Amino acid sequence: MTELPLIGEAVAVAAHPRLAGAKIGVVTFPGTLDDRDAARAVRLAGATPVELWHAGTTLGDVDAVVIPGGFSYGDYLRAGAIARFAPLMSKIIDAANSDAKLPVLGICNGFQILTESHLLPGSMIKNDHLKFMCRDQVLRVENNTTAWTGDYAAGQEITVPLKNQDGQYIADEKTLDALEAEGRVVFRYVGFNPNGSRRDIAGISNAAGNVVGLMPHPEHAVEAGFGPELGSGTEGLGFFTSVLNKIVGDNK
Amino acid sequence: MTETPAVAAPAETTRKFNIDTVEHAAKTPDTELPWAELGLKQNEFDEVVKVLGRRPTGAELAMYSVMWSEHCSYKSSKNHLRQFGDKVTEEMKKDMLVGIGENAGVTNLGDGWAVTFKIESHNSPSFVEPYQGAATGIGGIVRDIISMGARPVAVMDPLRFGAIDHPDTARVMHGAVAGIGGYGNSLGLPNIGGEMVFDSVYQGNPLVNALAVGVMRHEDIRLANASGKGNKVVLFGARTGGDGIGGASVLASESFDDTKPSKRPAVQVGDPFAEKVLIECCLELFKGSLVEGIQDLGAAGISCATSELASNGDGGMEVELTSVLLRDPTLTPGEILMSESQERMMAVVTPENIAAFEAVMDKWAVEYSWLGEVTDTGRLIITWEGDVIVDVDPRTVAHDGPVYDRPYARPEWQDAVQADSFTGSVQDTGRPSAPADLAAAITELVASPNMCDKSWITKQYDRYVGGNTAMAFPDDAGVVRVDEETGLGVALATDANGRYTYLDPYHGAQLALAEAYRNVATSGAVPMAVSDCLNFGSPEDPDVMWQLAEAIRGLSDACMVLGIPVTGGNVSLYNQTGTTPIHPSPVVAVLGKFDDVARRTPSGWKEDGQAIYLLGTTAAELDGSEWSNMRGHLGGLPPKVDLEAERELGQILINASRDGMVDSAHDLSEGGLAAALVESSLRYGVGARIALQDVLDRDGVDLFTALFSETQGRAVVAVPRSEEIRFTDMCTARGFAHVRIGVVDAEGGTLEINGVETMNLDALREAHEATLPKYFG
Repeated sequence: MTELPLIGEAVAVAAHPRLAGAKIGVVTFPGTLDDRDAARAVRLAGATPVELWHAGTTLGDVDAVVIPGGFSYGDYLRAGAIARFAPLMSKIIDAANSDAKLPVLGICNGFQILTESHLLPGSMIKNDHLKFMCRDQVLRVENNTTAWTGDYAAGQEITVPLKNQDGQYIADEKTLDALEAEGRVVFRYVGFNPNGSRRDIAGISNAAGNVVGLMPHPEHAVEAGFGPELGSGTEGLGFFTSVLNKIVGDNK
Repeated sequence: MTETPAVAAPAETTRKFNIDTVEHAAKTPDTELPWAELGLKQNEFDEVVKVLGRRPTGAELAMYSVMWSEHCSYKSSKNHLRQFGDKVTEEMKKDMLVGIGENAGVTNLGDGWAVTFKIESHNSPSFVEPYQGAATGIGGIVRDIISMGARPVAVMDPLRFGAIDHPDTARVMHGAVAGIGGYGNSLGLPNIGGEMVFDSVYQGNPLVNALAVGVMRHEDIRLANASGKGNKVVLFGARTGGDGIGGASVLASESFDDTKPSKRPAVQVGDPFAEKVLIECCLELFKGSLVEGIQDLGAAGISCATSELASNGDGGMEVELTSVLLRDPTLTPGEILMSESQERMMAVVTPENIAAFEAVMDKWAVEYSWLGEVTDTGRLIITWEGDVIVDVDPRTVAHDGPVYDRPYARPEWQDAVQADSFTGSVQDTGRPSAPADLAAAITELVASPNMCDKSWITKQYDRYVGGNTAMAFPDDAGVVRVDEETGLGVALATDANGRYTYLDPYHGAQLALAEAYRNVATSGAVPMAVSDCLNFGSPEDPDVMWQLAEAIRGLSDACMVLGIPVTGGNVSLYNQTGTTPIHPSPVVAVLGKFDDVARRTPSGWKEDGQAIYLLGTTAAELDGSEWSNMRGHLGGLPPKVDLEAERELGQILINASRDGMVDSAHDLSEGGLAAALVESSLRYGVGARIALQDVLDRDGVDLFTALFSETQGRAVVAVPRSEEIRFTDMCTARGFAHVRIGVVDAEGGTLEINGVETMNLDALREAHEATLPKYFG
């Protein structure tokens, strides 16, 4: 079975050798959908993707972790509620909170899993219009000092796909105020709030900035012609190059 | 009393049912059986008795009744469908790796890649329970694709609903769209296109068709057969429940007690998570070469899977039915055999691979049970706690069902309908000709239910997942990359026009094929293969049967001319309310190939100053058109079919794409040139200045006709200045009509057509986009 070309194995990237040495884990739960896309994004950014299985008990030697989108365990209970208890998640939670502050990116269902894991505050509920929505979404990068946004300019607007059913970010006012005050609102929806999220919040980070979660899908905007029609179509690649530069910088 | 009371055998004391064994059936020939309630006709039941040499057991009756149903046996259409296999040249077979008859056909893409695709209907369940009906429609067609050994890579959904303003339409529309989205989005399959038609003929019979496409390496092609004596038969995936049993409930007389759940859904209930896991699990099985044969469980469930696997392989199989894992322990053998519970697969595994197979199941937490093994006896034996309840030649169940030559005749009313042309009819009074009226007509057209913007639907579908979607709605075809290194990919389009087919079934079916072919070529892909979903009324009505026969004859003839074979499909009959059938609706899907999807051509123009050409000539063909439909008229003859012209146009569009001669191309179909110009302008919000005088002079038509006629074999393209000479030289060399009708205007924000009041793009967009939200929220 020649599966690999489908996940982008065959795409040759002339990566900086130091970047290619960086390993970024991509977690697969039963029901994860965008894992192969996340792996492709990692590869196109110049690093080596490492498959991580939800039932695994070790992160190996990965330098960062992406928790991709999908419907883990069908999301029949509450998005991310079951995935949060997977054996691998406890390792990710420990590593993210450790002194080494492992960079973790949660996209869509991954963001939901991160809030369920309490790595990030707040929660996602059903879109205010109650329907699944797929569209090209403009975001503003509000904080470019996190592990995943360093390659963007502060205030830069990027277009990446958004597609979800349960994307309405909510938290109590005190939490929202704290997030704003601490600069932890990393992305905001621009022009159109697609799901009723509080204060147009599209993505947030933890206090240390190593854990970032967002509902839109940067991994679907990494290759021209296969992503959004607005903008360059590759405006999500910066997430992955940002973390690589951070990893390489830290290891200097 | 010293005498011991008679005690039943231990096995029987624990049984919940009176089991009608083969032995018992042989001894009780006169037992009344509910064959009529199960849908069999007297002659069919007599045939079952003849085949078996005795009366069938309850379980056997269940199997025959469901496998000999119209849905599974194609008994009314089989004699006609043969033409798809017969009218095929060697040239057409060249790239066909697997033809009609398997779960789905397989076409060679080159570089060791193969593609499989198929379209199917899930019409009546989608009327009864739109969400689950549509959801399981996606689930079923995706499992057909997995069964071939392929990774599914995209889905499409041609939809036909009742009148947009009928109170029941919103129920069906909301449910079906949410079901397709809810299921398809959860599988990680991009939805890359489809159709949406509103017509009162579909009020009680909406058409929910679903297409899936998958890709694989040649060596990974799997077929549904059970070979190798001693190999094990395994059922895996979801448990078997009481959903979708339908008629089998009359066999409840088998049951001792009446404690079972009384209300069961006639429509199957889907679990997309189970299906997603099943996809990954099957691909891992294929990767390890752990299965010898595989079959999905769809209509007729275990009856179908066992009889088809056995008859396609070494001809024998033994299965213990009590090994089936159940959701509902009260199910009788007949119900288990007929259950259409979703997300199940059956496979044949060699004894050496059992451990490895089980390891894959355990990894994905998929339940499985070993049911039995392959034999070389030529018999399908099904036991219940060891007692034989089915002993049949599987071929008689799966393949040798009844075949009918249903009487058919050209309907008496056909001549009158064809004589009733739109032109000059009452509905044709006040045809617009003044500039303001023409602009209003164009706006009305693009806001009409069938021509309006469909993003209310499509934004509920994930089109990005997988990262290989190169083009999707609203472009003419959906395009998916197969090989990331080379850009090798496929394009797909589905089309049908029920009104054309009602007016003339032979040519109407050809027009559906011509349009799908044109859509694929317009995107720049080389058409390769066809799958069709034939949605018709009752075959017992000679009028309908004639429509079906004519449509199949027309489609198969046209496939020969275009040189692309039908590789699979589905027939859906009895789509009628009372004695009123739907319009005959053959939905045709065409698959095309790209050497590099980067060469795809989108349907809208972007670059200021590019020349806009109209390819093909225009005749006065308004019968059956969207315009006549808007005016409430249906009569006359559909547009003429010219397949040679379609081929030539296709070649021009493919060459133009490959050699970078056009930046946009959009085919002309429903709504004619007016719709195409508006759509190409709205695609990227870039307008154009158009003058049609040359077209009017050359073709001898008036401006209204030039804009609204639905003459086939036409397209509009935008050509970069640098490519204009090369492009026109190519058209001239091929003798294909082409005329420059205008230029792209990126500044004005308007669509200007000489003789038509200038139309503001924002206003057009507002009209185009407002229709669906107005009716559906």
